Amino acid sequence: MHLIHLILLLSFIPLAYAQSTPPEILPEAKGELTIEIVGGREEEGGQPIAIAPFGGMAHPPQDLAGIISNNLARTGRFSPTPSYLLPERPTQSSAVNFASWQSAGIPHLVVGQVEGSSAGGYQISFKLLDTYQGGQILGLSYQATLQTLRQVAHRISDEIYRALTGQRGAFSTQIVYVTIEKRGRDKIYVLNVADADGANPRTMLRSVEPILSPSWSPNGKRIAYVTYDVVIAPQGYRDKQMAIYTQDVQTGYRERVSIGRGLNAAPAWSPDGSRMALTLSKDGNAEVYIMNLSSRALTRLTYDPAIDTEPTWSPDGQSIAFTSDRSGTPQIYRVSVNGGTPQRITFKGNYNARARFSPDGQKLALLHNGEEGGYKIATYELNNNDMRVLSRSSFDDSPSFAPNGDMIIYGTGTELSAISSDGRMQQRLGVEMGEVREPSWSPFSE
Amino acid sequence: MKKLARLFILCTLAGILATTGCSSKGKIKDGEAGAAGTPPLSGESGIGGSGMPGAGGLDAGGRGGYAGGIPSERVIYFDFDRSEIRPTTQGILEQHAGYLSANRVPLRLEGHADERGSREYNLALGERRAEAVKQVLIIMGVPDSLITTLSYGEERPVDRGQNETAWQLNRRVELIYP
Repeated sequence: MHLIHLILLLSFIPLAYAQSTPPEILPEAKGELTIEIVGGREEEGGQPIAIAPFGGMAHPPQDLAGIISNNLARTGRFSPTPSYLLPERPTQSSAVNFASWQSAGIPHLVVGQVEGSSAGGYQISFKLLDTYQGGQILGLSYQATLQTLRQVAHRISDEIYRALTGQRGAFSTQIVYVTIEKRGRDKIYVLNVADADGANPRTMLRSVEPILSPSWSPNGKRIAYVTYDVVIAPQGYRDKQMAIYTQDVQTGYRERVSIGRGLNAAPAWSPDGSRMALTLSKDGNAEVYIMNLSSRALTRLTYDPAIDTEPTWSPDGQSIAFTSDRSGTPQIYRVSVNGGTPQRITFKGNYNARARFSPDGQKLALLHNGEEGGYKIATYELNNNDMRVLSRSSFDDSPSFAPNGDMIIYGTGTELSAISSDGRMQQRLGVEMGEVREPSWSPFSE
Repeated sequence: MKKLARLFILCTLAGILATTGCSSKGKIKDGEAGAAGTPPLSGESGIGGSGMPGAGGLDAGGRGGYAGGIPSERVIYFDFDRSEIRPTTQGILEQHAGYLSANRVPLRLEGHADERGSREYNLALGERRAEAVKQVLIIMGVPDSLITTLSYGEERPVDRGQNETAWQLNRRVELIYP
């Protein structure tokens, strides 16, 4: 009975734990982990749009129109009309009465259909209509299985977003994050990957030791993170050391890329994927290094008795920003990947740390403590030094840009929050039980 | 930090010998000068209890009091965002230095930080605290090879409260005898 149960469980987990698995890792997965939008602050300003319920099947397995509406609403750039306020519910463009949409003040309408079955697959089509012109902006169709139906809703959202904003949508991307489960006196750390809307969570790793600092490879196929390994000390006793691992999201294959005395922390892939910036204290003090991932050769980048950590690559791969308290408080510095003297770039506030470059390289998202009090997420414009505090909570952490730069996801202590980069739209994402933290938004998948 | 810790200890040793303060030149920054310039502990008979500390490190074998067991106080506390050893906790480290030198057992120093600020910076802060304790123990004569450091950052608080009392308890280095 137990065996059957295990097989059933495993059949739902796409991840293998074939790699030598330390005893601390508990290779079981739980399906009940869900992230949901539990609240938010919405201000007017998004452009109106309507996603009519898709026609075709009476009870499709996914509410495609609902998924698309939620996706667009979360960006802050759209205000989808709630379905109960729709003037009509057309499922194809020929049935649309454009005058009724014009009088409702809704310039764009999406109609669509989903047909098929779980056995034979699904056919999905949609049209994006301009209700004032009375014409079609976009029309596409897709094939899907039961498992990929939700992905199709994200693809459609991407197409609508691009057509109406000119920017690439980030709805088909993923997030990695760490959840904490309480088990008696123990905390179980769980590394998870989910769709960008929190759906479809998958367990990557479970451990009684901390799992920290997850980050994506630039091709979106692997995740680097920090955890702790049991090692046998020269004197023969069991000791622990911090280690950096990379893990393949699809196969679960894990590889240890750094272990040693002291810090093995803050891994950050270079934009071309060939190198990794990381923090080591093997020389007695936290310093930033660059590792060549094929040769594992290390190049030391910082030389200061202060803490130097939290490296992040500029999108052009030419420089690295990092946190240092060499001035007395943590501030952000920038240095060429070829070395040289780091330049301090933040001066406003007592505490600026854990920076991440925006995808266009124009600004940083960081953790800021200033006159507002608390530790809040802020953006810092590199060309005019404008520091803008975005969050309202006080124990924030780990900001991460969506790959199109339109949103920032971060931790608020026990939950996640996603905020539009202009600060206008915000949602909280929670888990039913326990804590969720350290989100990192994936790059675009090719 | 290594330099700071060394400087601090040198100042302390110099203070014991000459009972003069230590002027804060060189690498000492604002806010740290106070700790580094603090007068050495009074009342103690010097590090290791021998007459001339600093001459050849610590001769802990002579301190019979440590033969009994691991010193009971095994936590060192720190100020916010700082990793200087407070003069008041130096006595605890002297006991451990005596025990370690007499018994030659391994020691793991686990550094911790309070929850404020970034998780990765706090990991580095916990490591720096552990490293600061390690440097003091080395200068007190404990062989480098006996000591390892490990930081848990803000992951293992002893008090989950969000107030200064809790945060103070969480800013610590634990001396673990594996």
